[in-house]
Amino acid sequence: MTAELSRIRNFSIIAHIDHGKSTLADRLIQQTGGLQAREMTEQVLDNMDIERERGITIKSQTVRLDYKASDGLDYVLNLMDTPGHVDFAYEVSRSLAACEGALLVVDASQGVEAQTLANVYQSIEHDHEIVPVINKIDLPAAEPERVKAQIEEVIGLDTANAVLASAKSGIGIPEVLEAIVKYIPAPKGDRDAPLKAMLVDSWYDPYLGVVILVRVIDGVLRKGQQITMMQAGTQHLVDRVGVFRPKIEIVGDLGPGEVGFITAQIKEVAQTNVGDTITETKRPTAQPLPGFKEVQPVVFCGLFPTDAADFEKLRESLGKLRLNDASFSFEMETSAALGFGFRCGFLGLLHLEIVQERLTREYDLDLITTAPSVVYKIFKNDGSMIELHNPADMPDPVYIEHIEEPWIEAVIYCPDEYLGSILKLCQDRRGIQKNLTSVAGRAQVTYELPLNEVVFDFYDRLKSISRGYASFDYHQTGYREGDLVRMTILVNGELVDALSMVVHRSQSEARGRHMCERMKDLIPRHLFKIPIQAAIGGRVIARETIAAMRKDVTAKCYGGDISRKRKLLDKQKEGKKRMRQYGSVDIPQEAFIAALRMGDEG
Amino acid sequence: MRSATVPGPSRSWSPPASEADGRELAVYVHWPFCVSKCPYCDFNSHVRESIDEAGWREALIADLRHEAALTAGASVVSIFFGGGTPSLMDAATTAAIIDAIAALWPVAPGVEITLEANPTSVEAARFAGFARAGVNRVSLGLQALDDASLQMLGRPHDVAQGLAALDVAQANFGRVSFDLIYTRPGQTLASWQAELQRALGFGTEHLSLYQLTIEPKTRFASLHASGKLLLPDEEASADLFELTREMTAAAGLPAYEVSNHARAGAESRHNLAYWTYADYVGVGPGAHGRRRHAATVRTMKPEGWLAGVRAAGHGIAEETALDAPTRGQEALLMGLRLTDGIDPGRFEARTGVALDEAIDPQSLAELRGLGLVAPAGGNLRLTAAGAPLLNAILARLVAG
Repeated sequence: MTAELSRIRNFSIIAHIDHGKSTLADRLIQQTGGLQAREMTEQVLDNMDIERERGITIKSQTVRLDYKASDGLDYVLNLMDTPGHVDFAYEVSRSLAACEGALLVVDASQGVEAQTLANVYQSIEHDHEIVPVINKIDLPAAEPERVKAQIEEVIGLDTANAVLASAKSGIGIPEVLEAIVKYIPAPKGDRDAPLKAMLVDSWYDPYLGVVILVRVIDGVLRKGQQITMMQAGTQHLVDRVGVFRPKIEIVGDLGPGEVGFITAQIKEVAQTNVGDTITETKRPTAQPLPGFKEVQPVVFCGLFPTDAADFEKLRESLGKLRLNDASFSFEMETSAALGFGFRCGFLGLLHLEIVQERLTREYDLDLITTAPSVVYKIFKNDGSMIELHNPADMPDPVYIEHIEEPWIEAVIYCPDEYLGSILKLCQDRRGIQKNLTSVAGRAQVTYELPLNEVVFDFYDRLKSISRGYASFDYHQTGYREGDLVRMTILVNGELVDALSMVVHRSQSEARGRHMCERMKDLIPRHLFKIPIQAAIGGRVIARETIAAMRKDVTAKCYGGDISRKRKLLDKQKEGKKRMRQYGSVDIPQEAFIAALRMGDEG
Repeated sequence: MRSATVPGPSRSWSPPASEADGRELAVYVHWPFCVSKCPYCDFNSHVRESIDEAGWREALIADLRHEAALTAGASVVSIFFGGGTPSLMDAATTAAIIDAIAALWPVAPGVEITLEANPTSVEAARFAGFARAGVNRVSLGLQALDDASLQMLGRPHDVAQGLAALDVAQANFGRVSFDLIYTRPGQTLASWQAELQRALGFGTEHLSLYQLTIEPKTRFASLHASGKLLLPDEEASADLFELTREMTAAAGLPAYEVSNHARAGAESRHNLAYWTYADYVGVGPGAHGRRRHAATVRTMKPEGWLAGVRAAGHGIAEETALDAPTRGQEALLMGLRLTDGIDPGRFEARTGVALDEAIDPQSLAELRGLGLVAPAGGNLRLTAAGAPLLNAILARLVAG
C-alpha cells in the first residue's frame, strides 16, 4: 500500500460556512472514484446530524483519493477535514500539522469572510502552501476577479494559481485536482527511520472499538506491531491498519507521509491523546513530535435532568458520550434547587452546546444547564488551595486569602470599521491590550482577557458587534489574582443556587442588574409581587420587581362542560410541575437556560 | 313541518309532592343549528340547509326519557334551551319538549325555562310563540352596542335590530337577560364605559358580560395566531373587568358570578345549578350532564347523535363515573366562580367530600394571607381582588 513520498499530497480545505467546503469535498471524492454516485449522501464527511445541520465539523476526518494526473503518474491525495471552531483549536492545529497544504475555498460573490481568516493564518503558520479556489463562479453575482484581488489584498496570498470552480455544477474539479498535485508539496520522511506517527484524532466505533487517525512521519506502521504512545506511556498491539476512501479499506501498512487509521483493541477514546506520538515499542524514535498538549476542560457547568427520574439515564448517556469524546469530563453534583446532576467540563461554549444538544437529541433527555464557569483557584488563609469548579461551592470570604482566575491571550481579526467597538468590548471585559496592527483595512488585535469574561457571552457579543466579520482565537496563558466575588440571585428572598456566579467586583453591579432584568422577563407573574435581587454576601447590588398578576379567569363556563375546565386545571398543574419551586415562587426551567444565555445583552 | 298542537297560553305545573325527594335537577336541551357560525364561537353549532324538526323533537324526547329513568325522584327546577340557536326552533317543538319534561319529572313550582335567542327580527317575531310554549326567560345574544363590533363578531344582526328584539323580549317574557362581549380588539375603557352605561339603561335585570376569549379551532384563533387580531393586554383587560364590576354594582346588578350580573332574585337558576354542582341532565348533540356522580357527554355531530338515539334510545357517547376527589375538584372549579362562594354543607352533600379535604390547606393559608380568599358567612369565597385571578388561585388551591 505504501505510496512513494513524491506521489503523496496531504491537504485540508479552509472555507467559510456555506462557501461550499463539503460540496467540493464530495466532488473530489466522486471525480476520483471514491464513491459511486448512488452512494453519495449529502456531505459525506460530516457524519453526525449536528455536524450537517450546523455546517460545522466536530471530528477530523480523512479521505484517501487515488488520482492519475495529467503528467500520467498516479498520486495519492489525502483530504483532511478539520473541525472549524476555536473550542477545537488544538484539534485543528494537529490536523493542520498533518498536512502540507490547503485549499482556500472562497465564494465568488461573497468574497473572503472574516471567520476564514483565522484558519488561513493558522494554515500559513504551519508553512502550508495555499491554493485559492474561487467557488460558485456560475452564479450571476459571481465576481471572481474582485474576489481574487481581495484575497491578494487582505490575506497577501498570490492568486496566480487560483482555480475557478463551481463544486455544485462540477465546474473546475479536474483543475482543482491538478492544482493540488502541482502546487502542494509532497511530504518528507524517512522510511528506514524508527516509526514516528502523529495521533491526529480518535473516535469510538461500535464495531471496531477506538479508531485512531494517524499521519506517519517516519518509518512504517503495520499490523501486528507493538506500539507505544509516547505521551500517554501506554503500549498497544496494532490489530488493523487501514485508510478511508471514504469507506474503510484495510491495508498492509502505512509509510511516511501517509494518512490512515489503526485500531489497537482500545476501548475508550479517553485512553488516546490527540497530538500524541506513536512509535514502535522495540525501536522507538528519539524525540516525540512537538506541539503536544494535554486537553483540559476550561468551561464548566452543571447539567441536571428536568425530570429527576432521568438521573441514571443521564449518567449512562454521559458515559456513552465520553466513550467518543475524551475532552469533556463529568462528576456528580447536587443542587438544592435542581436535585441530582453532573458538573461537566468542556473545551468551550460550543463544545458545551454540542454535548447538551447530543444528550437532548440522541439520548432524549431534557436538561437544565447552569451558568458556565471557569476553574478558579481559591487560596485559603490556612495556606491550602482548592480548585473551584462550581460557584455554589465557594467558601465563605472570611476564609479566603485570595482567588486566582485563568487568563487567555486572544487574537482578534476584523475589518477596521469594527475595531472601535471591539476594543471597547475587550476593555469592558477587563482586557489588556498587547498588540494592535492594521494592514489594508484589516486589523489584528491581541488582548489578554480573563477567561470568565469570555465564557460568559463574549463570542456572541463579538459576532454581533462585528456583524460576523471578526474572528477570534485564543489560548490559555495561566492564572492571575483577581478581585472576584460570588454573586447570588434571590427570588422573593430565596437564594437560587443554580444562578450563583463568580464575577469580578467591578462587573458585579452590571451583571447583577442584567440578571435581575432577565429573570424579570422569564418568571411569569404570580399572585403576589416578586422581588428579584442580586447580592454579594448580604449586600443587595441590584433589584427588580415582578408585578402581581392582575387577571387570569375564564370568562365563560361552557355550558355544563366541567371536564373542559378540569383539563385546563390539569394543564396548569402540569405546567407547574415543570417549574422549580423556590419558596412560593415557581421558576420555569427555560428561565435557567435563558437567563444564562446572555447573548442579547444590550 | 309544524305538526304538534299549539300549547295553551298559560301553563303551570304542580307536581304531586310525593314524587319529589327534594333533589334539584336542571335540564339542558341542545339545539345545535345556527344560520351562520360566529368567528369567536367554539360551541357545538352547525349550519344545515334543512332540518327534520319532527325527527329532532322525537329524538330529544327519547334522549330525555333515557335520563328521566336514571334520575327518578329529582324535581326539575330549570329547563334551558341552548345552542346553536334554539330560537330558530319551531315553538311547537319547544312546547312538545317542555310537555315531555313535565311528564317525565316532577317540576318545581316557579320552574325557570330559558331559551337562548339571537336578536334578529325573524326570531323576535316568534317570541310570543315561545312564551306560549312555556318559556319564561330569554337570554339574548346582543353581544355589542355598535354596528362595527357586531360585524367584527360576525353577528347576523345590527344594533337597531338587536334593541328592537330586546323590546319584544321584555314585552313577552317575565325575565330577560342579554349577553355582551367586551375586551374587544381596540376597545378602550372610555368606549366600554359608554356602551355598558347604555346597556344598563334598558331596565334588563340580568346581564352576562363576557370578556372576549380566543378559543382554539375558531376563526378568531387563527387570526389571533397570525397577529391579525390584537386583544387588549392583561392590564387593560383587568381594568375593563374592574370597571364592569364597579358599574354593574352601582346600577344594582352586581356580579354574582365571574361574568354574570343580576338584580337580587334575578339570577339564572339554571347556571346556579351548574355552579353549585347540582345534578343536571344534558340532552342533544354534545350536551354535558352530571347525574348521580357520573359525567355524561352526548355525541357531538348532530347526525351521529340522531343515529345514536335511534339505535340505542339515547345519544350518550361517554358516561364516566366520577370519583370523590374529582367531584370535589369540579365543585370547587364551579363554586368559586360565584361571588357568594361555596357553602361547605351543600358542597359536602353534593360531592360526598368535605370541603376541607378538597383544598390544599397551605395554599389556602397563603391565599388568605394575600387577601385573595376570605371566608364570609361560613362560605369559602374569593375576595374582590381574588375574583379576576380565579384560574391561578384554583391551580394552587385545588388539592392534589
